[in-house]
Amino acid sequence: MSKKTPLVSMLALAGVAVFASQAAHAQVIKIDGSSTVYPITEAVAEEFQKAKKNAIKVTVGISGTGGGFKKFCRDETDLSNASRPITKKEMEDCKAAGVEYVEMPVAFDALTVVINPKNTFLKEATVAELKTMWEPAAQGKVTKWNQINPAWPDQPIKLFGAGADSGTFEYFTEAIVGKAKSSRGDYTASEDDNVLVQGVSRDVNAIGYFGYAYYAENTGKLKALPIVPPKGGAAVGPSEDAVIKGTYQPLSRPIFVYVKAKSLQKPEVQEFIEFYMKNASKLTKEVKYVPLPAAAYTGNLEHVKKKKYGTVFGGQNEVGITIEDLMKREAKM
Amino acid sequence: MQQTALTTEQIRALIARGKLKDTLFKALGVIFLAIGLAVILLLVIDMVQKGSERFTADFFLNFASRRASQAGILSAWVGSLLVMLVTAVAAVPIGVAAGLYLEEYAKRNWITEIIEINITNLAAVPSIVYGLLALGIFVYQFGFGQSILSAGLTLALLILPIVIVSTREAIRAIPAMIREASMGCGATRWQTCRYHIVPYAMPGILTGVIIGLARAIGETAPIITIGALTFIAFLPPVPFAAQTDGTTAGLFDWVVSPFTVMPIQIFNWTSRPDPAFEINAAAAGFVLMVMVLSMNGIAIWLRYKMRKNIKW
Repeated sequence: MSKKTPLVSMLALAGVAVFASQAAHAQVIKIDGSSTVYPITEAVAEEFQKAKKNAIKVTVGISGTGGGFKKFCRDETDLSNASRPITKKEMEDCKAAGVEYVEMPVAFDALTVVINPKNTFLKEATVAELKTMWEPAAQGKVTKWNQINPAWPDQPIKLFGAGADSGTFEYFTEAIVGKAKSSRGDYTASEDDNVLVQGVSRDVNAIGYFGYAYYAENTGKLKALPIVPPKGGAAVGPSEDAVIKGTYQPLSRPIFVYVKAKSLQKPEVQEFIEFYMKNASKLTKEVKYVPLPAAAYTGNLEHVKKKKYGTVFGGQNEVGITIEDLMKREAKM
Repeated sequence: MQQTALTTEQIRALIARGKLKDTLFKALGVIFLAIGLAVILLLVIDMVQKGSERFTADFFLNFASRRASQAGILSAWVGSLLVMLVTAVAAVPIGVAAGLYLEEYAKRNWITEIIEINITNLAAVPSIVYGLLALGIFVYQFGFGQSILSAGLTLALLILPIVIVSTREAIRAIPAMIREASMGCGATRWQTCRYHIVPYAMPGILTGVIIGLARAIGETAPIITIGALTFIAFLPPVPFAAQTDGTTAGLFDWVVSPFTVMPIQIFNWTSRPDPAFEINAAAAGFVLMVMVLSMNGIAIWLRYKMRKNIKW
């Protein structure tokens, strides 16, 4: 090593710092946010870059819905993936930074309650039963199946669920327990859904929940538990059909992409959004989510054209919304 | 004190007992060593078996994809190498200078003591803390953004204690008479350092640097904190190459480029719904392991080469 190296590299670093203050090359579309929406956006980004012969660059990160909105409202990203609508707090942050956005529902996900395929006694469950199983009061007390329903056996119950930072956890607790983030803590929690898949597939007495895609890729190892809707009627298992008809309740949820209004002035972002909406239906299906009706995608583009910024949820997460509800609401905007 | 003389038999028995303990300890050592090695070996074999079908040129030349069989590690391995380059360029001069100062220049007083204790403490700080620090300083304060530069500097901070400590140890191993002889001939302290201390300590310093880099290349937490990406299907611009938007890339444009690294790619693949991605994760894990092993290999080779040239 030459004796001059330290000095030279220090100078190099200083030079680099000067360069770094200038923006890198312009045509990069920056996307960040939810890991649930990631597979869809990734598929679109992949196809888009192929179609454009890499002339436009797209990057997609995973910082979670909340982490994504933080960057989005700090004006750092062009698009934000979100597995729930934007919250009041995030709306205020965006407003403070002068960030306006178009809310675009891109697909539906069915949160799936799964059990071991060897489990013979569990054919269906009501929301009330799931609540008894998961509510904070159950912690340390409800440990056997027959404590929930006397018809079920006197066997220990093994719970697997999403980690407390995920949108899945937030939605599931809100839909089942009635209050977001309110859950018992004595269960195997993981942000990595494959850990939950492994756990449930290895234990007859296990029960867990995660996004539909993880169930769909592992149907040989898991059984989806049909849920009796809160309004009554026959139990419904998660499927594309049930989600479209709105009968898989209350665990169907819309997932979104938020697009910054300012970014829409850039032709490449405009082009990307058009590409996204045109191909969303096909690609959504490919990554095992439920696509929205074609009208929803054209509606999203319509909102872009007419500059309809903001959310239709008013900062509130809503449980049990159906595709039909969502469409009506978006149309009214 | 009166001591009874031992008979020859008693002495023999005593020696035999000692030797037995010696053998037992040796056997125990070998067993523990074997356990450690077996675990690594099993891991490697497992990864090779699972990932073998992905060891094709395409795997190294393709970008990430939603289809497991088409997904590759191009952006990941290029990102990892470039981040390591920035890390080395930043950590080596600072680390070596700091080590040199502490060994050769610093006065032995309480301030030096405090600095020394803190360097040792820094080595034990969890890497995520460096990530948070870097997010505040490099990414936002200095405005480097979520770039290779930010990541490289973060990891440089992370391995700085390792570089400093190994530099000091290498310097301490140089006999005092070398310094005395040099200064006796009228050399200044700086001349002694420049022509004797640093060249002689170089093998040890390099070993420390490479061990530090080998640790840095596997780091995930601080890199995720500063905002490395998961999907990125393009490479940092090559200096002076024409860009798609018609401009020409500058010499240092690549350092501010967004990036991803190997551990993040592996982590992403293990957490995907489609089990086919586990094959990719295993293959990429093996590649990362080979990268680390070859870095260690280079360290050993360099040390050997340089030691041969030192004649005291």
